[in-house]
Amino acid sequence: MDYTWNWSALWSLSLDGRLTYFETLLLGLAWTLATALSAFVLALLVGSLLGVMRSAPVAWMNRVGACFVELFRNVPLLVQMFLWYFVLPELLPDAAGDWLKQLPDAQFYTAVLCLGCYHGARVAEVVRSGLGSLSRGQGMAGQALGLTLPQTYRYVLLPMAYRIVVPTLTSEFLSTTKNTSVALAIGLVELTASARAMQEGTFQVFEAFAVATVLYLALNLVIVFLMRVLERKAQVPGYVSGHEKGGR
Amino acid sequence: MKKKGLLGAGICVLAAWVSLVNAQELEGTLKKVADSGSITVGHRDGGIPFSYYDDKQQPVGYAMDLCGKVVDAVKAKLGKPDLKVEYVPVTGTTRIPLLANGTIDMECGTTTNNAERQRQVAFSTTYFVAGVRIMAKKADHITSLQDLKGKTIVTPAGTTSVRLLNEANNKDDLGMRILSAKDNAEALLTVETGRAVAYVFDDVSLAGVIASSRSPEIWEIVGDALSVEPYGIMLRRNDAQFKALADETLGALYASGEINAIYDKWFLQPIPPRGILMNLPMSEQLKKVVAAPTDSADPQVYQ
Repeated sequence: MDYTWNWSALWSLSLDGRLTYFETLLLGLAWTLATALSAFVLALLVGSLLGVMRSAPVAWMNRVGACFVELFRNVPLLVQMFLWYFVLPELLPDAAGDWLKQLPDAQFYTAVLCLGCYHGARVAEVVRSGLGSLSRGQGMAGQALGLTLPQTYRYVLLPMAYRIVVPTLTSEFLSTTKNTSVALAIGLVELTASARAMQEGTFQVFEAFAVATVLYLALNLVIVFLMRVLERKAQVPGYVSGHEKGGR
Repeated sequence: MKKKGLLGAGICVLAAWVSLVNAQELEGTLKKVADSGSITVGHRDGGIPFSYYDDKQQPVGYAMDLCGKVVDAVKAKLGKPDLKVEYVPVTGTTRIPLLANGTIDMECGTTTNNAERQRQVAFSTTYFVAGVRIMAKKADHITSLQDLKGKTIVTPAGTTSVRLLNEANNKDDLGMRILSAKDNAEALLTVETGRAVAYVFDDVSLAGVIASSRSPEIWEIVGDALSVEPYGIMLRRNDAQFKALADETLGALYASGEINAIYDKWFLQPIPPRGILMNLPMSEQLKKVVAAPTDSADPQVYQ
């Protein structure tokens, strides 16, 4: 290996003339975090809605839910990113398309929408399996009490299902964070794109990606830690084995 | 009898030693190539017309032709006409690690020689001088950066263009919004779909992008060059013997005028795969380099 290490390149001025390369990496981390958080919130909303639709005893809801899930989880994320960013504005009426193209930070909104739908489809499956793991008697009991179907979901089924699937949602959150790097393909300057920009500018490729790796790892460890706290709070005593001892 | 044999062996050793000294001890890349019996050329996949795939999926281009000459020189120097030549595609991100770890021995593409990069790699004599300019739709009548005030433009991430545009933004208060694209293809999509009004990058890359676009006639390259970008063959650092051979090879092509034929082949005549035409006569800057070869990274040298 004939490589010249130069960690001080991190402190040299980046191409924008104001920030050092290290600061641009932190800025990239901020965009990664913003994108991941927004996308995961969207994914939870979309996923909950679709998960309920797929489990509800209404045929057309099942079909719509299934179509959405299979479409979004079976098309590669990169392709979806391109479709949202480059193809969608062309399909809209001219005025709407132009508005979309001129929108400041369009890459960010597009990335959030794309990741939200992709991970929403996956969260839907998680929520559906959570609902499926409940005994049928719970839904029946709710209805016997005179609750409507939406009320049964709202007050009986979903509160239990969510608490059961928190550990699975943790992995989904981590995947969302890592998948934000795909957004560099539509020009979002998140952490990976910042590392690439530093590597192009200085040719110190290992330094740039080493720092990016550490930042990704740190971010995801923080997420894991926070989700563990949530898991402990949300666990249903006696429902999942091993939890009482804090085995997780 | 025994004495004669010893004498013979002695002469043999002496002769071998003399020839070795004459041939100059091999070191660095040349030694590696001599030992392994193969040389590996790194190339790009879409750097029209420098280094890209033709319709037979073979790497071709202006830079590939020049590197071919360097490979011929290596064969001659090592006395190995049957030296194996391997080709490995590289990207902007992989070219440094692959050169550093010895997977490729040289990179032939569109890599700009600048002072910052010279801390990591070395560059041969300059073989092309590009200038950063503006590509826009003819219908928009853009002539300079001033016309892009307050508009959205696109440029590849991490290139010198980013620095130039930011400087212009800060100095002249232009308020341009700068989108960053991953590569030429994405940048072209960005201007084609109207997300940006102009693509700012090396003029030769712009010419390649226009030539390969769906409707080349609607585009134009405008404005004075915002900077100069000398391209060279990227080599490992501290590898003087190999660099000297590469420089000598290019220098000989320049001195003999053979460079003109190679240049015309790629920049003035139709090129594979679709017979597109770059139509880019040799610039004054490159003519100066051909007259007086240099491997300098200093833009002033090329002005």
